[in-house]
Amino acid sequence: MNVLICISRVPDTATKIVVGSDGKTIDNQGVKFIINPYDEYAIEEGLRIKEKFGGSVTAVTVGSEQSSDILRTALAMGVEKATIIKAPEIFDSYFVAYNLAEYAKSIKPDIILLGRQSVDFDSFQIPSLLAGLIDYNLVTVVSKLTIDANKIICERDVEGGKEIVETNLPCIISAQKGLNEPRYPKLPDIMKAKSKPIEILEAKPTDLKMEVISMEIPMKQRIGKILSDSDEDINELVRLLHEEAKVI
Amino acid sequence: MDFRFTEEQIMLREMVRDFAQNELKPLARQIDEQEEIPDEIIKKIAELGLLGAAFPPEYGGSGFGELGYCIIQEEIGRVCSSTATFIGAHQSIGTNALFIGGSEELKQKYMPALTSGEKIAAFALTEQGAGSDAFNLKTKAELVGDEWIINGEKMWITNAPIADIFSVFARTNRGISAFIVEKNFPGVSTGAPEKKLGIRGSKTSTVTFENVRVPKENLIGAEGKGFLIAMKTLDAGRLGLGAACLGACKELLEMSVAYAKTRKQFNEPIANFQAVQFMIAEMATQIYTTESLVYRTAYKYDKKEMLSRDSAIVKLVSSEALDRCVDLAMQIHGGMGYSRELPIERYYRDSRINRIFEGTSEIQKLVIAHDILKRNGKM
Repeated sequence: MNVLICISRVPDTATKIVVGSDGKTIDNQGVKFIINPYDEYAIEEGLRIKEKFGGSVTAVTVGSEQSSDILRTALAMGVEKATIIKAPEIFDSYFVAYNLAEYAKSIKPDIILLGRQSVDFDSFQIPSLLAGLIDYNLVTVVSKLTIDANKIICERDVEGGKEIVETNLPCIISAQKGLNEPRYPKLPDIMKAKSKPIEILEAKPTDLKMEVISMEIPMKQRIGKILSDSDEDINELVRLLHEEAKVI
Repeated sequence: MDFRFTEEQIMLREMVRDFAQNELKPLARQIDEQEEIPDEIIKKIAELGLLGAAFPPEYGGSGFGELGYCIIQEEIGRVCSSTATFIGAHQSIGTNALFIGGSEELKQKYMPALTSGEKIAAFALTEQGAGSDAFNLKTKAELVGDEWIINGEKMWITNAPIADIFSVFARTNRGISAFIVEKNFPGVSTGAPEKKLGIRGSKTSTVTFENVRVPKENLIGAEGKGFLIAMKTLDAGRLGLGAACLGACKELLEMSVAYAKTRKQFNEPIANFQAVQFMIAEMATQIYTTESLVYRTAYKYDKKEMLSRDSAIVKLVSSEALDRCVDLAMQIHGGMGYSRELPIERYYRDSRINRIFEGTSEIQKLVIAHDILKRNGKM
């Protein structure tokens, strides 16, 4: 069973985000990047599939060359081969999906695993776009996966319960929290990861189907004012409602 | 000069931090209260390769060297001093005595089981009348035919109740010699675990050797080289101990800042008061100093350039820094710090031992002064 895992490099969820000077991108200065947490479940599941059925596990990411750090971690966890598809500075979800699709066509995996969403932009588009582009079956938000010969049985979290669906290979599975407990890379594997090669490919350009116009940090909630019930404060309240809040 | 960690060292730290924060931190209170590190977590630590990290792959280690080992101890020391003590006694002194002084055959025989954590090691030097004064050991080893016969009693041996393998220092005809002694050799017994102020999860007891017959080839290095092996081993041990202290200091500062920003007095967070800011500044200064010392010295160790004096300085500074930081953390937390509801009181109890074991602060000063006097004051 050959497994392809698509991973994404996202800012650490604890990082303080600052919008760049162009007002359209995140300022990467001092930001710590990690593997998208949902993709970690995908990696773990891919490794378990390989351990059970044999085959190989490849990880791919679309992004800058700096993505080698997350791929090294994937390699240390047990992935055998890693590829960066080099993206320009500005790209959209379709670009990512299109290039993942081109890569998938070249290696023809039996199963593609990826996180249900990337926690940076939360577009939720990649699994569906990818399935459309390469015509694989798709099951999203999977919290339990059982493979029985060619039969793929997936448990999906749905509002207030579970849904069990069945599909067959080749297919794409998007991972939900709870799918498994991702492993910690072992020390000897961290050392070995250094010597595993990371392939860097040029991306195929696509026209932007969506463009970020602007990006802003949510405004801090204004601090409320508390006034007393004295006559003076009642006058002040009327003045504030009229002049500051402009509601009367 | 380049002070940056390598990519592998960063990955190592991230892995150990995730593990320590997710798996060990939630157990730290239980480890303290039940005075025991659960076997299950020891097994996990072993499986990750943390018990042999410093040693080369040919002995089952992963080749991260002393610097990698310090990174591990820093992250473990952040959350659980008992566990850092267990790892230190096993790896940095128990196993390291064999690595530093043992023959190739002896290393091949014992190290793989120790680096994988299948077997646990302890370092048995201290006795009732001899600790830092190692020349005064009373434990004796006598060569009879093809075997050494060891008799004597060791005290304050960290890991003794759970260890399978001991590095034992004993008097022979040619001075102090070191031996590998298996727990299951007839005549080896350990006492009841000591009841301690802190690091309660780490088990410490006496070890008694009564006519213990040890194969001749279990002598570590040459006869009479034991004192040198012990001192070289402690050089490494003291450095790793500093790394564990550093981790605890960092955790205490983070907890203290978080508390100072939320705890309000006189209608404002106590972090706004200079009295508290000065404490935070002092903690940060201690941490920066200790961190600089630990990693500079670990780098020198791996380049085989470290002097005994260097790790004595690390141990002196870091153990005193931790005691200062934990005292300030307690002061910032006030009554909450004194309460068992928060872990500050555990850190307070756990930290004190660092100024005592592996040579007291005063012994470190002697090591430093003797070296400096010998070199006529030249650093």
